[in-house]
Amino acid sequence: MKKTGVIAARTAVLAAAAVMIAAGIFRGEVGIILHKAAMICFECIGIG
Amino acid sequence: MKISIAIKRKIIQVIALILMNPYIGNLKDGNLYKGSWKKFCSPGLNCYSCPAAGLSCPIGALQAVNGSIELKWSFYAIGLMCAFGILLGRAVCGFLCPFGLLQELLHKIPFPKKKLPFWPKLIKYGMLVVIVLMLPVIITNAAGMGEPFFCKFICPVGTIEGGIPLLITHQEIRSMAGALLAFKIVIAALIVIGCLIVSRFFCKVLCPLGAFYGFFNRISFVQLETDHTACTSCGKCSKVCPMDVNPSKNPNSMECIRCGKCIDQCEKGAIYFKNMI
Repeated sequence: MKKTGVIAARTAVLAAAAVMIAAGIFRGEVGIILHKAAMICFECIGIG
Repeated sequence: MKISIAIKRKIIQVIALILMNPYIGNLKDGNLYKGSWKKFCSPGLNCYSCPAAGLSCPIGALQAVNGSIELKWSFYAIGLMCAFGILLGRAVCGFLCPFGLLQELLHKIPFPKKKLPFWPKLIKYGMLVVIVLMLPVIITNAAGMGEPFFCKFICPVGTIEGGIPLLITHQEIRSMAGALLAFKIVIAALIVIGCLIVSRFFCKVLCPLGAFYGFFNRISFVQLETDHTACTSCGKCSKVCPMDVNPSKNPNSMECIRCGKCIDQCEKGAIYFKNMI
């Protein structure tokens, strides 16, 4: 890939990532993640 | 004295392990850290049910939101994974993933070593698309909630980092253990045996996070470059590669974890980390 193409792709992905992170925070995803991560995840440890 | 990339990388791996798991004292009583840092995802696979964990697992977080009743798609976890991916690509696997470090240590144990054919390496893309992204959204209970299928049925990190310490410290969890735990222990044991035989077996075959980061290897800020005028095609770089890549022909392969073993091995200096910017 040419250097300008790589720079454009990097910029686009970084911008998209920033928008997605902001959208996720706005939708309240962080609360769901914190709720899941702060308690024992029974599925993760093989209990059910 | 020039310090090899292998030594620098090992130091970074240990620092990353400590930074992602700073609450080592929690292993004694099996309590989880419940603070705000768990709103963030670690770049590597690191179970948030490990008592020492200070951050969330990106794959666990992604499935938690994808399986939630209302949201069904985690922009936040995907956004963070895209950011890690574009900055580092699969250098996350090579430098930051705690389970990657564990696999490397396991592979040092004397045991018959083998290389994998190409096709099993495609399984991880199925893991990512079907098991991680689709199943928690498609298969739901009466309330509309999906399960984290990868964490529940496959992930050895949860069994090893979360399950074992919590089973040791919590009598009530031991009393709940049943067929699922037995299944997960068998899966984890098979993966451990796989890692004894094949270098980075889990990364190569099963890891959905590595599969995701692999898509960024060609455009991430961390790039490998081969100087074809210096390269003598001796083949030493591909022979030493733990991911079975040929760095002289395809330095930015989706499989490359940027471990730098090829750079250390090349006497001609033909392979190097390219200017990051």
